[in-house]
Amino acid sequence: MLSQALAELNPKMSAALDEVVVTVERDALLQAALKLRDDPGLSFNYLMCLSVVDYEDRFEVVYHLRSLAKAHRFALKVSLPYDDPRISSVISVWPGADWHEREGHDLFGVVFEGHPNLSPLLLYDGFEGYPGRKSYPFNDYQEW
Amino acid sequence: MSLLPLGEKVRMRGISYPMAIDKQLDSLELMINVGPQHPATHGVFRMVVWIDGERIVDVEPHIGYLHRGTEKLCEGEQYSQIITLFDRLDYVANFNNELVVCMAAEKLMGTEVPERAQYIRTILCELNRIASHMLFYGTFALDAGAMTPVMYAFRERERIQSLFEATSGARLMHNYFRIGGVRQDAPDDFAQRITTLLEPVKETIAEADRLITFNEAFLARTRDVGTIDGNTAVALGLTGPSLRASGVEYDVRRTEPYLLYDRLDFIVPTGDRGDCWDRFWVRIREMEESVRMVEQCLQQMQSGPIMAPTRRIARPPKGEVYAHAENPRGDLGVYLVSSGADRPYRLKVRPPSFCNLMSMKHMMRNAYMADAIMILGSLDIVLGEVDR
Repeated sequence: MLSQALAELNPKMSAALDEVVVTVERDALLQAALKLRDDPGLSFNYLMCLSVVDYEDRFEVVYHLRSLAKAHRFALKVSLPYDDPRISSVISVWPGADWHEREGHDLFGVVFEGHPNLSPLLLYDGFEGYPGRKSYPFNDYQEW
Repeated sequence: MSLLPLGEKVRMRGISYPMAIDKQLDSLELMINVGPQHPATHGVFRMVVWIDGERIVDVEPHIGYLHRGTEKLCEGEQYSQIITLFDRLDYVANFNNELVVCMAAEKLMGTEVPERAQYIRTILCELNRIASHMLFYGTFALDAGAMTPVMYAFRERERIQSLFEATSGARLMHNYFRIGGVRQDAPDDFAQRITTLLEPVKETIAEADRLITFNEAFLARTRDVGTIDGNTAVALGLTGPSLRASGVEYDVRRTEPYLLYDRLDFIVPTGDRGDCWDRFWVRIREMEESVRMVEQCLQQMQSGPIMAPTRRIARPPKGEVYAHAENPRGDLGVYLVSSGADRPYRLKVRPPSFCNLMSMKHMMRNAYMADAIMILGSLDIVLGEVDR
C-alpha cells in the first residue's frame, strides 16, 4: 500500500529489523509527506521523531512516522549531499517538526527551506561550527 | 472565558494572528521575561511573553541552558556507559530512561531478556512513574498556590526512592538496567517492601482527590485553562498524559506493548476537554493504574535468572533501530544507528518534554498571564530532557 501511494515518487523500499524504510529523493519529500498524511489508507498524522545522521559523505534525514488511527509506523528517509545539505521543511505538514528541524540546523547545519525561524535552539547565538557533525572535534570546547 | 477574535489580523514579529482583544481600549503591548532562574519554570527555562493587559498575545520559549550534548557524548562511550548518561536526561524518571536505551540495543542484538528481569524492570518503571507523578502533583499544586500537598507528595516519593536505593544502591541516577537484564537481583524482601510502601501511597493518591482534584479554588484555576484539542495535539507531537487529557488514547504500553504490559490488566485514562485540570486528573488516575500494575507484577513474579547471556562488551550488529517506550512525560524514543562497533554511530533521543513544550505556545495564546504558570506546570517538563 505504501509503495502504491508513493509509486510516482520513485521510492526505494528496504527494511531495518521489523521496520519498513522508504527512501525518497529530496525534491519529492513534501509531495510524499502530504500524501502520507492525507491518504485515508495511510494517515500518518504523527511525526514521532526527526533525526539527522552524518555519514561523512552524506547526511540522512530520517522521519519516523506513525498513524494513531491505523496503528502502523515506518521510517521515511531522505539522503542529502554533504556539501549542499538543503531540504524542504515539513513544518506545514507536521507542525511538530518545528524544534526538531531547528535542532538539525543547529547541530548539523542542515538547512530546512521554508522553516519560518531557524535561529539557534540548543546552542547560544554566535556559536561557531556544527557540533553534531563527525568532523567536529570531540574534546573541543568554546569559552562563552 | 474565551474572547471572540475580532478578525483583525495584526502582523508582528513575522507572525499573523487574530487579535482577541477589544481594540477600542487603548492598550500597550508589554514584553515580559520569565526565567531562566525562576522557581515556577521547574528548571532553567526562559520564556519571553508578550502581553496586552492581562492576556498573552505571544510567547517565545528559549531552551538550551542545560545542553550537555548527550547525543554527541554517546558516540564516544560504550553502550554500558551510555546508561549513566540516560539517567541524567529525565532526572525524575531514571528507570524509564535507562529502559529505552537498553531496549534499543537489545532489539538490535536480538537479545531475549529473562522473565524475572522483565518483571523487575516493569515494577521499577511503574514505581518510578508514581514517583514522577507524585512530584508533579506536589509542584503543580504549589504552582496553584497550595503549599501543603508538596509535603505529602515528597513524603511518598521518598518512600519509593528508599526502595530504589535498596534495589540499585542509589536514590537517584541508579545505573541499574543492563543490556540483557538488570545489574543484580532484587533484594529478598523486595515484594514485602513494595507491599508495605504501596499502602500509604494509595492513601495519598486518594487524599489527592479529596485535597486538590475537586477543590473549588483549584478547579477555578485549571478548568478550561490552556485547552488543546486532540487533533492539534497530535499534529504538534504532544504525547503522554498531556495528550491523553485531550481524549486521544495513545499509550505506547497499550499500542506497542513492551516489557510485560501485554500480560497486565490496566486502563488508559483519558480526559475530554484537554485543559490543565484534565492533565492533572489523568496523571492522578495513572498513579492508581501503576499501583495496580505493580501489584499484578508482584503476584506473577517468579525467581529465575536476571541477565541474558551476553558478551561483556556489547557490540550490536550494523543496522539501525527505533525503540520507544512510555515515559511518565510521554513517548520517549531512541533512534540508534550502529556500525557494528562497541559504541553507537549515532544516537538520537526523542525526548517527550521537548515535544510537549512545543505545544505550549499554542495553549498559552489568549490565556491570562497568571495562567501561563499553570499551563507550563501542567505539561510537567523536565529540562534535563528538553536540552539534553
